[in-house]
Amino acid sequence: MNFLLSPEQHALVDSVSGLLRDRCDALHVHQVFDTPGEAAFDAALWSALSELGVPAIMVPEAHGGLGLELIDLAIVSEALGRAAAPVPFLGHALAALAISLGGSEEQKERWLPALASGEKIATVAFGESPGRWAPDEWTLLGETLTGTKTMVPNAKEADLIVVGLGTGALAVVEKDASFTVARLDVADRTRPLDTVTFTDASAELLANGTVAAPRVFDAAAVLLAADAFGGADHCVNMSVEYAKIREQYGQPIAAFQGLRYQLVAMALATEPARGLYWFAAHAWDALPEKARHAAGQAKAHLAETYLQVTRDTVEAHGGIGFTWEHDTHIYMKRAMLDWAWLGTPSRHRQRAADLAGW
Amino acid sequence: MDLGFGPEYDAFRAEVRAFIASHWPPEDGDLKSHANERAFVVAAIEQGYMHRSIPRAYGGSEQPYDIARAEIIREELTRARAPSGRIPGNGLVVPTLLEWGTEEQKQRFISPTLTGDIVWCQGFSEPGAGSDLASLRTRAELSSDGTKWIINGSKIWTSHAHKSTHIFCLVRTEPGAPKHAGISYLLIDLRQPGVTIRPLVQMTRQKEFNEVFFDNAETPVDMLVGERGKGWNVTRSTLKHERSGISAMTWPLSMFRDLVKLLKEVERDGQPAIKDLRIREELAAIEGELMSLVYSTYRSTSLDIHNQPGDTFSTMRKLYMTDLAGRMAKLARDAVEDDFADMGGARLKWIERFMISLSMSIAGGTSNIQRNIIAERVLGLPRERTSERAANSQGAAA
Ligand SMILES: Cc1cc2nc3c(=O)[nH]c(=O)nc-3n(C[C@H](O)[C@H](O)[C@H](O)COP(=O)(O)OP(=O)(O)OC[C@H]3O[C@@H](n4cnc5c(N)ncnc54)[C@H](O)[C@@H]3O)c2cc1C
Ligand SMILES: Cc1cc2nc3c(=O)[nH]c(=O)nc-3n(C[C@H](O)[C@H](O)[C@H](O)COP(=O)(O)OP(=O)(O)OC[C@H]3O[C@@H](n4cnc5c(N)ncnc54)[C@H](O)[C@@H]3O)c2cc1C
Repeated sequence: MNFLLSPEQHALVDSVSGLLRDRCDALHVHQVFDTPGEAAFDAALWSALSELGVPAIMVPEAHGGLGLELIDLAIVSEALGRAAAPVPFLGHALAALAISLGGSEEQKERWLPALASGEKIATVAFGESPGRWAPDEWTLLGETLTGTKTMVPNAKEADLIVVGLGTGALAVVEKDASFTVARLDVADRTRPLDTVTFTDASAELLANGTVAAPRVFDAAAVLLAADAFGGADHCVNMSVEYAKIREQYGQPIAAFQGLRYQLVAMALATEPARGLYWFAAHAWDALPEKARHAAGQAKAHLAETYLQVTRDTVEAHGGIGFTWEHDTHIYMKRAMLDWAWLGTPSRHRQRAADLAGW
Repeated sequence: MDLGFGPEYDAFRAEVRAFIASHWPPEDGDLKSHANERAFVVAAIEQGYMHRSIPRAYGGSEQPYDIARAEIIREELTRARAPSGRIPGNGLVVPTLLEWGTEEQKQRFISPTLTGDIVWCQGFSEPGAGSDLASLRTRAELSSDGTKWIINGSKIWTSHAHKSTHIFCLVRTEPGAPKHAGISYLLIDLRQPGVTIRPLVQMTRQKEFNEVFFDNAETPVDMLVGERGKGWNVTRSTLKHERSGISAMTWPLSMFRDLVKLLKEVERDGQPAIKDLRIREELAAIEGELMSLVYSTYRSTSLDIHNQPGDTFSTMRKLYMTDLAGRMAKLARDAVEDDFADMGGARLKWIERFMISLSMSIAGGTSNIQRNIIAERVLGLPRERTSERAANSQGAAA
């Protein structure tokens, strides 16, 4: 039994975390967050992450990628979540995965190398509000696409969009096709979202899109869970460290049992969830019969935990935690996106219950 | 990542299975007899399958540390419903004796303890000393000829004392010494006139714990374990045991399976309760926690097997399981509805579980004491200036 990360996986996380420490500290995230106008991502940081190979992780080696597994992508997602990194990782990684799993050889060769290198940016259009996210809930139909997809990450900047269709298939829409993009006034300004309205937009079906779609959906659930773990764990650490230095009544507030128990509850909710998201990633890679259920469980549990932990984090910080200057609100807003995107915990639990045969 | 033990262990599992099949169930079919159980345990020790970390000289099977083998053996024993060789109480005293006992104590007690010929109970808690165990008052004084300890006082909540032959006790031997410094660890035979055992009825109606009164009870002078006045350290001994926590998951997993079964059986508004959206969702939420427990335990076990640091979850496991057991019991309550008031009804098991899940939040260190330990040892939080350290309370000792 070896339910642990390998030395190579540790090295991957260390390289990403090291870069984030240098180039994406809290001050930097606040600057990006506070830039007036529409939310935007940090292009320089994304290109530095691309140099480390982040967009290449799950792309097959034959097409310029690293040919690694979902667990590798997930631990990077955790690191990005920990740093609240303002980069288009989520949509891009999922689009690259969709093409890797669903594209013909020709399609893969055409698109993947530029996605693996980070030269181009891609995203996925799955959501059809309210709450419709899964392949069996998609409705867009036709040779050319007409209709609306919601909460599409970074559609405005994307060179191509992988769109979920009513047949459960996937199609690629390129930048110059006929669609309009409206950026939401997003809570999480580190990960902008767009509403995309297609009008007779030309689209190219992925050869094996119907097979790929549910796998990509599950992978999305795992990546969100991993992001949530990273963010929640960071919030626990932040609250613990603050409690050690903030003094009231002549001693560190960490000494007061009431607050100690709140901090323990946060850690108790968070730490065990690491094993859950690891398992969900591992199941996706190696245990196909458990993968769907585990992905849904991980997304539901981690998204709910993360949002609650950010609430607890505000409480643990007192007045300063309620301010715009403090980091907590940024994490709470990341938690909101992790909670809502791809469907709420409630929807994922209902789905997991169906899959369990209840 | 690998959640299995690997093919190199398949042959070992087959051996274990074959051994069990040829020894259990016993020929006369009596699964409850002590003689049958004892014979099985003796054979399993002989084979190297039980009490693996204990030297042959003291009746163990002295095998190299291998958590995977230990786990496979446990899995196979559970599957066959064969005796596990574990008796509550005994598992606590043997590591203590190995670490602190004199050669004579080890020779005399360990082997019969492993075979169940001596059965131990734990005499720590007292009416005035629960979480704050070191405030205990039961005292032992040397007889005038210096050959025996004379014990006076009482212990409470002593599980299985009525089925035990011996008790290991914390007693005060150094009057006037500071709180933690005056305590010694004594072994006492319960079968003597100076000892009275009075059963206490649990809220479940069962009689599992007791009060134990010592009225000039006696034990030979060489029944003190470790040094005089150093009993507090003795209780804190932890042997590197092949105990991974994987076996500790057996009951939450089986409680969950039972819960799913119940929710399928019980009707609510003309359909199985499990079809009710709220119940279904809560069950799935519980399963999310259960999966967290299971896979975190695999991670802790892997860290142990591969000698890596970073296992904080093991310190949290008891509290996590306690909370989870309570949440499962409450969902069962929601499903059985009116039957929840009927101690004579078909759903008694769930009413009992509703209560038994609470014993976990008390025995072996209360949930608050677990919180104190997590706050200190996992989160590294400083102590309140007026309060005592968590490490000095029952959870750390038991
Ligand atoms: C929206 C808002 C409006 C406000 N308006 C006003 C206003 O108009 N006028 C004004 O004077 N103030 C105002 N305040 C300040 C508010 O009263 C303080 O924020 C509050 O008293 C907490 O103090 P603190 O922020 O310094 O946190 P701290 O006292 O540092 O507390 C930090 C954390 O430690 C915990 N803690 C502290 N001591 C203990 C203890 N002994 N036991 C257990 N836990 C403990 C707290 O519960 C908290 O979780 C406002 C605050 C907010 C958020
Ligand atoms: C089913 C069962 C079996 C048991 N078997 C045995 C046995 O075999 N042998 C044995 O020696 N004992 C046994 N016990 C006793 C058990 O160890 C004690 O009950 C336990 O340590 C708590 O002590 P107490 O009951 O005196 O409660 P108290 O210590 O009085 O606690 C009362 C409440 O105060 C809280 N509290 C106390 N101190 C603190 C603190 N510092 N911070 C925050 N909260 C605190 C506790 O968490 C609890 O909620 C058993 C108990 C049960 C329920």
